[in-house]
Amino acid sequence: MRQVRIHGRGGQGVVTAAEMLARAGFIAGHEAQAIPSFGSERTGAPVVAYCRFADTPLRTREPVLAPNVVLVQDPTLLASDHPFAGLATGGLVIVNTTADAGEARAQAGAADVDATVITVPATSITMEHLGRPKPAAAMLAAYAACADDITLDAVQSVFRERFPGQMGEANAAAAAAAFAHVRAQLAPAASGGGREA
Amino acid sequence: MREVLEGSMAVARTVARCRPGVVCAYPISPQTHIVEALSVMARTGELADCEYVNVESEFSAMSVSIGASAAGSRAYTATASQGLLYMAEAVYNAAGMGLPIVMTVANRAIGAPINIWNDHSDAMAMRDSGWLQLFAADNQEAADLHVIAFAAAEELGMPAMVCMDGFVLTHASDVVELATAEQIDAFLPPYRPTQALDIDHPTTIGTMAGPESFTETKYLQHLRFLDAAEVIEAWSDRFRQEFGREAGGLVARYHPDTLDRDREAPPADPEDLTVVAMGSVIGTLQAALAPLRADGVPVRLVGISAFRPFPERALRAALGGSRHVVVIDRALELGSGGVLTGCVGRALAGTRSRIHSVVAGLGGRPILEASLRDAVMRARAGGMRSLEFLDLKQGGVPVPRVGATEVAR
Repeated sequence: MRQVRIHGRGGQGVVTAAEMLARAGFIAGHEAQAIPSFGSERTGAPVVAYCRFADTPLRTREPVLAPNVVLVQDPTLLASDHPFAGLATGGLVIVNTTADAGEARAQAGAADVDATVITVPATSITMEHLGRPKPAAAMLAAYAACADDITLDAVQSVFRERFPGQMGEANAAAAAAAFAHVRAQLAPAASGGGREA
Repeated sequence: MREVLEGSMAVARTVARCRPGVVCAYPISPQTHIVEALSVMARTGELADCEYVNVESEFSAMSVSIGASAAGSRAYTATASQGLLYMAEAVYNAAGMGLPIVMTVANRAIGAPINIWNDHSDAMAMRDSGWLQLFAADNQEAADLHVIAFAAAEELGMPAMVCMDGFVLTHASDVVELATAEQIDAFLPPYRPTQALDIDHPTTIGTMAGPESFTETKYLQHLRFLDAAEVIEAWSDRFRQEFGREAGGLVARYHPDTLDRDREAPPADPEDLTVVAMGSVIGTLQAALAPLRADGVPVRLVGISAFRPFPERALRAALGGSRHVVVIDRALELGSGGVLTGCVGRALAGTRSRIHSVVAGLGGRPILEASLRDAVMRARAGGMRSLEFLDLKQGGVPVPRVGATEVAR
């Protein structure tokens, strides 16, 4: 089973990201489940949502306590929202930031945590393609770029299905750009990128 | 077709395919997505030949449902929490008048303190209203139960609530396979009301009954309720034969080792501790108990699918020789104990059973697998009282464990 936790802020599409992730995982052949958390729905307030993939039907309804993957949609949550909490050993953390992985770790107080940290400027990529600060597609594409759980195609298709027309295409373009950004970062020849194991 | 759908959407699409003639609802979290989706379908035509009525309150929503049903329409509504309480008077009337309205209750706590999250307090407050109360363990069952609910309610001339855990199910996305419109058309008979207001043949529905007949009326209502157990079982059996998956029924049995739902599962044994639960916590129990079974711990799981009528006989049959029972209760009778435990206790009267009530998940507190396993092990070791509160925090205002709360902030 793979467990994912998504941190973001109200209005950024955190719940949508979890649902889209479950749909993309299903397309990739997994059983999938998305569990949003809900508070008093306030724009800008921290929001957490969860997603699970497995090869057998998912039954549990408990929140994800020990994620293999954490997506941080807003870098200002690094210091306050404990995104590394409960992270499985060697887990993957993808942060939407213009900073590099070392800075992201430092902001989260996670300099020594056994994890792979990937950074991607998902907001600026999304602003360029979509014009609105809703970085979910870019974040999921970044995830697709560094793990086999989902594919870029699946991410693009679920956003096209959910937002038919121009908005779906813009999300798909943002996803492609974020995917390429992370793949370039991961390429062995890359230097000065944000990856840090 | 298997697909990923939000629970509310799965329910809304299934309800639309049951072809209600009137949908009347007032939005309240966590039920809102269901009636929003139905209103969109009414506009797009996916929900055809249906009058979608906007009203100003839940009391009106149930009153319109009563009027629609009494006029001979298949009527549907949905609510939760304070909304259910606000319509309470009309809820009782719908049952007393024998009107087979189907209502989704997206289970939510009742204030004060105000709380929008999940527990079973709302449905439990209406347990004596004369409605069938069917509880969904997951989103597949939540959708499927609506088909069974319309069929059973209309055969019986009784209204039915389909209870699904608010947020935990309504707002979660899961892999589901919805019954198609064609399948439901073939399964669910068209609504033929046994009583309908007709201007050419005037009758009165819901007349006054004085002391000379009120007791007898309630006695007959009770007898009808006892018939309901068989009708629910029969429609659930038909559903399984038609759709190839289990939904509804009175009591859900689970395979001892795989914890899969399994109607052929043997009754529990005398050495077994049996956990009895209702709603979505069953899924968490399936996940939590499988490793205990693998370690050789004799523990079994029994789910209550129909809370009203309460399936005393089916519960005793599923418990078999097991006399040690832990009930996971999602609602509290203040000053008494867990609501479900009270019903289980009455069903097991005279069996010398040891029954523990574990009150869990009030107001959206997540129920953790580890906590459930700990409760089972403590009960087995003799270290559990008759009434306990799972993960009760003590000593001042607690700091939430990150990720362990529905709202980690």
